[in-house]
Amino acid sequence: MSAEIWDNVPLAPPDSIFNLIAAYAADPTPHKVNLSVGAYRDDDNKPWVLPVVKKATQILLNDPTLDHEYLSIIGFPAFTSAAAKLILGPDSPAITEGRVVSVQTISGTGANHLGALFLSRFYQFNGTKQVYLTKPTWVNHYAVFKNVDIAPVEYPYFDPRTLGVDFDGLKSALENAPTRSIILLHACAHNPTGVDPNREQWEEIAKIMLSKGHFAFFDSAYQGFASGDLNNDAWAVRYFADKGVPLLICQSFAKNAGLYGERVGALHVIAPSSDAAKRIRSQLSVLQRSEISNPPAHGARIMSLILNDPKLSEEWDQDIKTMAYRIIAMREQLYKLLTEEFKTPGNWEHIIKQIGMFSFTGLNQQQSLALGEKAHIYLTNNGRISMAGLNTHNIRYVAECLDKVVRGEL
Amino acid sequence: MLATTAVRRSTAVFRSTASLSTWGAVPAGPPDAILGITEAFKADKDPRKINLGVGAYRDENGKPYVLNVVKKAEERITAAKMDKEYLPITGLASFTQNAAKLAYGADSEPLKQNAIAVAQSISGTGALRIGGAFMARHYPHIKAIYLPTPTWGNHIPLFKDSGLEVRRYRYFDSKTVGLDFAGMKEDLKNAPEGAIVLLHACAHNPTGVDLTQQQWKELSDLVAEKQLFPFFDMAYQGFASGSTDRDAFAVRHFVSQGHRIALCQSFAKNMGLYGERVGAFSLTTQNEEEGKRVDSQIKIIIRPMFSNPPLHGAHIANTILSDPELYQEWEGEVKGMAGRIINMRERLYDLLTHELKTPGEWGHIKSQIGMFSFTGLQTEQCKALAEKAHIYMTMDGRISMAGLNGSNIEYFAQSVNAAVRGNL
Repeated sequence: MSAEIWDNVPLAPPDSIFNLIAAYAADPTPHKVNLSVGAYRDDDNKPWVLPVVKKATQILLNDPTLDHEYLSIIGFPAFTSAAAKLILGPDSPAITEGRVVSVQTISGTGANHLGALFLSRFYQFNGTKQVYLTKPTWVNHYAVFKNVDIAPVEYPYFDPRTLGVDFDGLKSALENAPTRSIILLHACAHNPTGVDPNREQWEEIAKIMLSKGHFAFFDSAYQGFASGDLNNDAWAVRYFADKGVPLLICQSFAKNAGLYGERVGALHVIAPSSDAAKRIRSQLSVLQRSEISNPPAHGARIMSLILNDPKLSEEWDQDIKTMAYRIIAMREQLYKLLTEEFKTPGNWEHIIKQIGMFSFTGLNQQQSLALGEKAHIYLTNNGRISMAGLNTHNIRYVAECLDKVVRGEL
Repeated sequence: MLATTAVRRSTAVFRSTASLSTWGAVPAGPPDAILGITEAFKADKDPRKINLGVGAYRDENGKPYVLNVVKKAEERITAAKMDKEYLPITGLASFTQNAAKLAYGADSEPLKQNAIAVAQSISGTGALRIGGAFMARHYPHIKAIYLPTPTWGNHIPLFKDSGLEVRRYRYFDSKTVGLDFAGMKEDLKNAPEGAIVLLHACAHNPTGVDLTQQQWKELSDLVAEKQLFPFFDMAYQGFASGSTDRDAFAVRHFVSQGHRIALCQSFAKNMGLYGERVGAFSLTTQNEEEGKRVDSQIKIIIRPMFSNPPLHGAHIANTILSDPELYQEWEGEVKGMAGRIINMRERLYDLLTHELKTPGEWGHIKSQIGMFSFTGLQTEQCKALAEKAHIYMTMDGRISMAGLNGSNIEYFAQSVNAAVRGNL
């Protein structure tokens, strides 16, 4: 009878990284290292609530006028307008002309989902609904697009031979894609490879986008985190906006403000006119209303305080640099250990050339697994390590084990 | 110099035509019927204005009310110096356990057997959305959901967007301004076997008209007979009668009768956590193993939509639900809010019936339950009240009782009286 209702619901496999995290957690070895973590850790391997976030939180708590009322459907306006300025630049013509539609979302995932959903409903696809994703990309991108009936198509991005961008492959794919295709681009600090196009390459990509009438779906989850400089990391997005490439931006404050679980993000769509912006805003509102009604207030209030106060903004800049520079220092130290001290076979330049939290080391599946089993160093099978998991206490041990596993001596 | 200008101009031309064609066909979407009322209210400069639109509680002074327990919980959370790491996909585990206990009761069989799959959601809306998607994907019978007429406006696009066919069943009787129980039963009897039926667990939105306990029992038998799937929306637990246990009667009765149910919970109103988006979606299953399968599929739905839910509100709610002292204090505050609303109902009834002797029967103001009241006012009257008296409500005549207080209730009653008599 009713007991049969859910009989045929199959057990879904756990999130891909789940087993790895569980294995790490269960490992009793005191010197175990977690290089799969997708969140920043300080030098003592602890989560780090940014000092400026603590300050902003205290300001909120001390504000007697604050309540927990609903935000509007598209979110907290002081937050979304400041967020738009942050990514597009304070002097962005698109902003001053009223052509930017900004919606507060459940962090980056929420922005990706809403952006994809909007495209699925309103974009004039050239043939089948599809999106070009970098190969590889954040694992959840596939599910995000499939969920709204847009089929993912991979385009060449990472060259395993050079451990850099497969630029010829990338260009060829974009040139051969049907006109008006939707192209996913990581604004900076590509996840999972850490490999970004340089500025000349971005300029060439923009040219192809314009000549083919492609649409740029920017995912910006690491602004500031990549180089330590918020403006620098926004260069590609601003360049594309300036050149008039049709685009949207998914923006997350999970990493650069350490707000992870508060779910702070925004979707920005650039419209050709302020009238089109009004229409787009109204449709995004309709979509958001029927899914979440309105977004969560707390994190957005914190971020809004920071973005709109010059002193807090300055402090945020410092906190970002603290994180970005620690990661860059880890890259440099690892590189030094491997090349100068252990003289590990192979070219390790990619460790310092790659950008952001992640690095595609070039280790194969077997080596990655061996590190976990024998050295209690946990990383994903594709050889990706999270630099955030490295610190001054464990970096020598990790370098030693990397050296051994490459030599087949682990 | 000239060449550069020419290139720039042609790029600009291409830019505008390229992006013009991108969004050229996007039509303007309609403003939200409910949330749009607040916009109109905000724009109104008249000092007598009253907002009876959105269902957010207001205190005696017409101000938003932050519960004492919420303030206490927030202080504790700050003192605990928690980090902001991601919650698991289905949210803060202790919160979801507590939320399930609150709704189902600690002695609920499926709860004791670990057979309830619970996920933290983006308040009630988010729970409904997860549920709708789950039903569309996994429900093995007809993917049609029956909604009462009327129902919360957002139910309709939400379930349609989830991929379900929306059908209606009779609910509100405008003649009696009460429940059309015969019509409800008939429509559900005529529904195809296995159809999904949305039930407002308590404090029906927008009418305030609820089933009696006896009627719930009868309905449970009918639902069993037709093998319909009960999908509960409980956004007002505690708010309806002042008692969280009492308001959960329907949910608990159905579960005790052996129904498999879906339940959407919101903590927006009963904890005043509105904008923090605190809610839970749950499905009862036959055993722990089935619960795990269902839970794994709920995660598959959540991950590509928002990955994991917001932590702040969940910590607040969980702090309150886990601490016996705070919990008791909370129940007291909920009772206080519900009590003030009941007072307003009685006062309004007295004003209309005894003082102003407004034409018509106004007993429904007292008998209706929860935050909302279906006044019986017509769309034209609602429009007039907005335009002439600066009183804002949704065009179906629904008022939020929470918007009324000692300072404005007389003005409101007088305006309604005038509107009904046609001389506003």
